[in-house]
Amino acid sequence: MRITLTVNGEDHTVDVRGAESLLHMLREDLALPGSKNACEHGECGSCSVVLDGELVCACLVMAADAAGSTVRTVEGYADGDTLHPVQQALLDAGGVQCGFCTPGFVVAAAELFDENPAPTADELREALAGNVCRCTGYGAILRGLESLAAGTAGSVS
Amino acid sequence: MTVEAPTRTGITGGVGTSATRPDGIPKLTGNYAFGSDISAQGMLWGATLRSPHPHARIIRLDTAPALAMPGVAAVLTIDDVPGRKHYGLEHADQPVLSDGIVRYWGEPVAVVAADDLEDATRAVAAIVVEYEPLEPLVDSEVAVERGEVFRTINVRRGDRDATGPVVVEGFWETGMQDQAPLGPESGLAIPDGQGGIDLYVATQWTHTDLGQIVASLGVTEGQVRVHHAGIGGAFGAREDVSIQIHSCLLALATGRPVKMVYDRKESFVGHVHRHPSRLWYRHEATEDGDLVKVTVRMVLDGGAYASSSPAVIANASYFAVGPYRCDNVFVEAHITRTNNPPCGAMRGFGAVQACFGYESQMDLLAGRLGMDPLELRLRNALAPGDVMSTTGQVIQGSLPTARVIEELRAMPLPDAVPATHPLHLPGGTGLTTDPRHVRRGVGYAVSMKNLAFSEGFDDYAEVRVTITPAGVEVHTAAAEVGQGLVTVCQQIARSVLGIQQVAVVLDDTSMIGSAGSTSASRQTQMTGGGVEAVATELRRMILDEHDGDDLDDTGVWRGGELIVPLERLAAVGPATHHLRFRHPPTDIPDENGQGDLHVDFAVAAHRAVVEVDPELGLLRVVAVDTVQDVGTVLNPAALLGQVEGGIMQGVGLAVMEEIVLDDGVIKNASFTDYLLPTFADAPSVTARFVEEPSHFGPFGAKGAGEPPTISSTAAIAAAIRDATGLPITRVPVRPDDIALAAASRSG
Repeated sequence: MRITLTVNGEDHTVDVRGAESLLHMLREDLALPGSKNACEHGECGSCSVVLDGELVCACLVMAADAAGSTVRTVEGYADGDTLHPVQQALLDAGGVQCGFCTPGFVVAAAELFDENPAPTADELREALAGNVCRCTGYGAILRGLESLAAGTAGSVS
Repeated sequence: MTVEAPTRTGITGGVGTSATRPDGIPKLTGNYAFGSDISAQGMLWGATLRSPHPHARIIRLDTAPALAMPGVAAVLTIDDVPGRKHYGLEHADQPVLSDGIVRYWGEPVAVVAADDLEDATRAVAAIVVEYEPLEPLVDSEVAVERGEVFRTINVRRGDRDATGPVVVEGFWETGMQDQAPLGPESGLAIPDGQGGIDLYVATQWTHTDLGQIVASLGVTEGQVRVHHAGIGGAFGAREDVSIQIHSCLLALATGRPVKMVYDRKESFVGHVHRHPSRLWYRHEATEDGDLVKVTVRMVLDGGAYASSSPAVIANASYFAVGPYRCDNVFVEAHITRTNNPPCGAMRGFGAVQACFGYESQMDLLAGRLGMDPLELRLRNALAPGDVMSTTGQVIQGSLPTARVIEELRAMPLPDAVPATHPLHLPGGTGLTTDPRHVRRGVGYAVSMKNLAFSEGFDDYAEVRVTITPAGVEVHTAAAEVGQGLVTVCQQIARSVLGIQQVAVVLDDTSMIGSAGSTSASRQTQMTGGGVEAVATELRRMILDEHDGDDLDDTGVWRGGELIVPLERLAAVGPATHHLRFRHPPTDIPDENGQGDLHVDFAVAAHRAVVEVDPELGLLRVVAVDTVQDVGTVLNPAALLGQVEGGIMQGVGLAVMEEIVLDDGVIKNASFTDYLLPTFADAPSVTARFVEEPSHFGPFGAKGAGEPPTISSTAAIAAAIRDATGLPITRVPVRPDDIALAAASRSG
């Protein structure tokens, strides 16, 4: 079926197949591979995107159900060469290693900060417990986001 | 016109700083191309038919129905492998596609290329296979009895008749752990139109892939170029070939680019795992706590094919006693061939299993002696100049065993604070734990690991450094798996050359020689060591040639004057240098496992604090603090990231991560059922580093990736024992190991 939707501010018309997931559509049809395909069971958060204001795992959403929706993916956070404050905070703190979970953390953390600009460490842990990182042990991610919450992250004033 | 006199530039981001990674921004913005992200015009998708049986004979295999389907370009079986039919890291014992017998659940039987993944998946389902199931051999002890072993090692050192008055014996087990890198196995093979291939793949070692690919394709090394695609973590899972040979075969058969990406279920059978182990230990000591004799029998299950099992059992054997002195050591170690999933490299590589055994024993012994567990360890701590208890090797270089223990002991324990959030309770937000039942425990463990390759392996890393008008290029074939090698190479080149602008170029296999594997905690020392050596020599060549006294981003200086601008230096030279960096050689072991088998070592100590609800069997790892021997700190933030991430994998093995098998079949091949530690499971980590320089690493650095994973598991098990009084003889510790055992004790 043919659907239209808005992704990172751009309108798209896509022919989607019945069982196709939003993740597959973003990666394969719209050439937006930033959202990652790590488990495709909604367990790891690597494919986190914002769908009509809700944080979702794109692997669990049918592409057809995104018809008429507005989607924001990891590609939609930096403004040209200027990183989103969450991205900058993760970079400065060393919160990126292999980077496969990173897009999901960027999207999930940015959404959290939208709702709660000064989350506590426990709030960060709870909000991000749906995003699995296999490299960092979460320490540097937590330090980066705590600095952001405290207004002391690297280049973020 | 005024010409401004050039001024000297300084460098930032040199050795010792937390320089940020050069690939950080593309990874944060979604623009970094991982193996599963790349594509090519006219590309086909590959898919794999896998065995539903752990052991069976194929009595009929008919690919015609699949070939007849729309969109299908090729269906290949072992008959279509033009070259060597088998491959393997150490022994070529694994069929490229099944050779008529399947030997593990998930073994590849046929591969398909089709217009898209859906077509390929449908075609896989259309292949007709009739199997005659055979009895699977799944018990490693039975395998030993039948002589089904990849390698047996006997370490015999000292007097077998020696005895000590204090004896403790134990039987310890560890489960099968998955590396679970988030990035799936993935790659893209592009035919070059002349019988050759360019393969872009997420791998830990392009050159060892190359050798295996060309052997099975029946082509020359010059016809295949293996390029690095972006790698989403590795931890040992990418040492063995996965999609490499299959995608190249399909690309040659179809003349079109072929992409292969495993999904998570397939990934669980698409790479090897950490060997499950059974460990029998007997420690004999004096009344004062000096080790007199250690006797060990260990059986690790290698599963269906050899992979790196022969090297894993070597590590388990040589590190069977840990960082302790003992004059009489006897280890009998087997690594078995069964119909379980193949096991191979995972972070810690045999040392993890042994550590759970010897550290559990050291705690038992301390208990028997009525001695403080850390005092017992300090009393026997191995130091430079001592003889390694297993191999007889005299320890060269640094080995601050006593220091890591003493510094860890001096670190303050986390306060026992009342839970202010359900996340702080065992069982978390399930709100099932009554805080009044929670008991806290503290446990310690210490470990020792070899760095780089051992047992006489010709271990080298080739590096080229080139001056360009823009700065410096460092060329290597080393795999950047996420650990930050690219950052460390930049830092070393900056500090040696005095030039700020450094680009690290990951060359394909035709452009440069091997860097060796990104494993064995070796790349900082080997490729990093290569960068230090090449850059040092290039700087000397440049200054000699131009009679200069300094070098920076502007060029060559003499007496405060710029004499050769960088752009001209890049043109007139000397502008490039390369070499194969080798570490000092090691011995091949004799029949008793004796010899100078290892080039360097690192020790680490961990202290775990856990809180346990014994009624429910739930627990929370509150803190894991560590002191680690790192030689020199090259990048504090990256090092801490390795330590925290490594500890987390140790937490996983201690309390949740295990591949569950039923007669050789994996029952939990998904992230729904194979549990990985999340933010909610993450303990606080405080890490300190002991800097006693290595005898060969760049700026004195040691490898640091594996030690955090080795003793953290054993420390957590010790803490659970402390909290519960239970023996805890197996990891991962499951809720019923605590709840049922506690109930039967009190009942």
